[in-house]
Amino acid sequence: MPGTWITTRAWLLMLPLLVVMIAVIGWPLVDTVRLSFTDAKLVGTAGGFVGLDNYAKMLGGSNFQRALITTTWFAVVSVAAEMVLGVLAALLLNQKFRGRTALRALMILPWALPTVVNATLWRLIYNPEYGALNAALTQLGIIDSYRSWLGEPGLALAALIVADCWKNFPLVALIALAALQAVPRDITAAALVDGAGPFNRFRYVIMPYLAGPLLVALVLRTIEAFKVFDIIWVMTRGGPANSTRTLSILVYQEAFSFQRAGSGASLALIVTLLVTILAVAYAALLRKAAGAQ
Amino acid sequence: MLKSTRNALLGAALVGLSFSGQAYAETTLNALFMAQAAYSEADVRAMTEAFTKANPDVKVNLEFVPYEGLHDKTVLAQGSGGGYDVVLFDVIWPAEYATNKVLVDVTDRITDEMKSGVLPGAWTTVEYDGKRYGMPWILDTKYLFYNKEILEKAGITAPPKTWDELAEQAKTIKDKGLLATPIAWSWSQAEAAICDYTTLVSAYGGKFIEGGKPAFTAGGGLDALNYMVSSYTSGITNPNSKEFLEEDVRKVFQNGEAAFALNWTYMYNLANDPKESKVAGKVGVVPAPGVAGKSEVSAVNGSMGLGITSTSQHPEEAWKYIVHMTSQPTQNAYAKLSLPIWASSYEDPNVTKGQEEMIAAAKLGLAAMYPRPTTPKYQELSTALQQAIQEALLGQTSAEDALKTAAENSGL
Repeated sequence: MPGTWITTRAWLLMLPLLVVMIAVIGWPLVDTVRLSFTDAKLVGTAGGFVGLDNYAKMLGGSNFQRALITTTWFAVVSVAAEMVLGVLAALLLNQKFRGRTALRALMILPWALPTVVNATLWRLIYNPEYGALNAALTQLGIIDSYRSWLGEPGLALAALIVADCWKNFPLVALIALAALQAVPRDITAAALVDGAGPFNRFRYVIMPYLAGPLLVALVLRTIEAFKVFDIIWVMTRGGPANSTRTLSILVYQEAFSFQRAGSGASLALIVTLLVTILAVAYAALLRKAAGAQ
Repeated sequence: MLKSTRNALLGAALVGLSFSGQAYAETTLNALFMAQAAYSEADVRAMTEAFTKANPDVKVNLEFVPYEGLHDKTVLAQGSGGGYDVVLFDVIWPAEYATNKVLVDVTDRITDEMKSGVLPGAWTTVEYDGKRYGMPWILDTKYLFYNKEILEKAGITAPPKTWDELAEQAKTIKDKGLLATPIAWSWSQAEAAICDYTTLVSAYGGKFIEGGKPAFTAGGGLDALNYMVSSYTSGITNPNSKEFLEEDVRKVFQNGEAAFALNWTYMYNLANDPKESKVAGKVGVVPAPGVAGKSEVSAVNGSMGLGITSTSQHPEEAWKYIVHMTSQPTQNAYAKLSLPIWASSYEDPNVTKGQEEMIAAAKLGLAAMYPRPTTPKYQELSTALQQAIQEALLGQTSAEDALKTAAENSGL
């Protein structure tokens, strides 16, 4: 049975990786599950078994519901905007024009910046007293007085979404651009000859090539947006009046600031579960999309 | 085989040689400091260098984080089995750190000389339940800074003695068209907001906790938040205050865009530095005001201390380092950034020279320092109060309801 030998060898070759994965992902996950049923503190007491208390407390609290809504808003709006911007940028960069290579390189820059740097830059831009945004909008006559972008509940979340989009749309653009490069020239040429307009060319000729890669980008970005932490922590720390407190910030506060490792773990697992549901739903979509092609 | 063994031995000998050059640096201490206010990073490095010069067998690795990250970084390191020997801690953490055994009790290490030489009020920074968990290092409270030039232009002869007077003077400045929003505070959703709130609570004679239960929903606690809200809604306070931290307040004040600002000691010499500031030479400082019939001045205890972590393998060296950092000579040498913890320093002309006004304010302010609640649940209480302050300022709820919600979420 050569087949089994190959399979065995494949497993053997993967064994070191599997051991590492179990050590760095599997065991902490199991331990987190164990923790989530206890009232353990971060330091000091080991904590006793409390059953589903943590889950009940977390799911029943108004903080969780509010953070879930905030996170959903953040994820839906920022991911949608990133997808649209990314595809538009890719279509633009797919055209032949002078300076295209330089522009492509430039566009990767925001995505290559560490999030903390990006967040700090945007904080400067949004600064209510001497930020570039207030200066620019005032000079253009769009606003008549300086606004406190990160100090108003409605504005702060929008401001964060803009900062997050700026950093992450290049990733979508890169993926889309790679897919566009794969569209055979003769098909687009034929569509032109047949008199298809720009919208129809995009919809029927280009889109089939884009759909798969874009779905991958969508999955990646949605999961990341749902787990968003660093950009918000640096820019608003969840304020003003908790209007930008997302689930990850709630987990952080619960586990580290308040040192309730038990309920923090339960909250983290709830978030993990939500993200997993999203990922599975997308995977099903992907399979469907692949089957349709 | 022989050849390779010989090579291995040679290699080992070479490695051994390369290390012997620094063999006397036997102990390495890891210390965690903060990267803002009071002593600058460069100053802490300079102080540390003086220590390692005198103690060549100890090496000190310094790490700096913003204040906002200090607590969580300390606790996380502890949760994962240690990493730091010496940590800077805020006055609000000894309760939690002692309860969770983050810091070691150093009560027996403190000499009689320290006990009698350090200002009595400074010790509250490091105390919990009758024990001491380190040495006070940064003695600080919030003062009322004012722009002398703007007050003069408005025809105001003396800085305010009460909070009501402050509001009146700010209104005068606003009405005369000198500044649209004369007062700057640090009311961002962070600990900074609680420091301003506590200053007001102390002025109104409020209490945070009574009999283990929240007591800020009425009396002084409520008066304090009402004052903040009315100052904000009446337009005498810079509306951006609700996203300011101390450094933002300093920038606004230094640009001459605030007539009044509540801030720590460190702002005094920076705002008076012509290289840094447009208002150099016009900076006035007084203790934060009081409330007629209730208090003369008000002050929050914003001091910080240095302690030894319970996971440290080198408590002796760590203590030696802390003693050096908090010693009178070290403190006096850097008194321009943070006032010394030693009582006799305040009579030393080398310390007071050029900052007489600051020292005069400090004598009153430091004596009136009011503690933030000492409870292991402090972080939760603070987070709940930060939310209450912001909601009340934004007009989402009344001050009273906001504080009631905070009391429910305080974990007490």
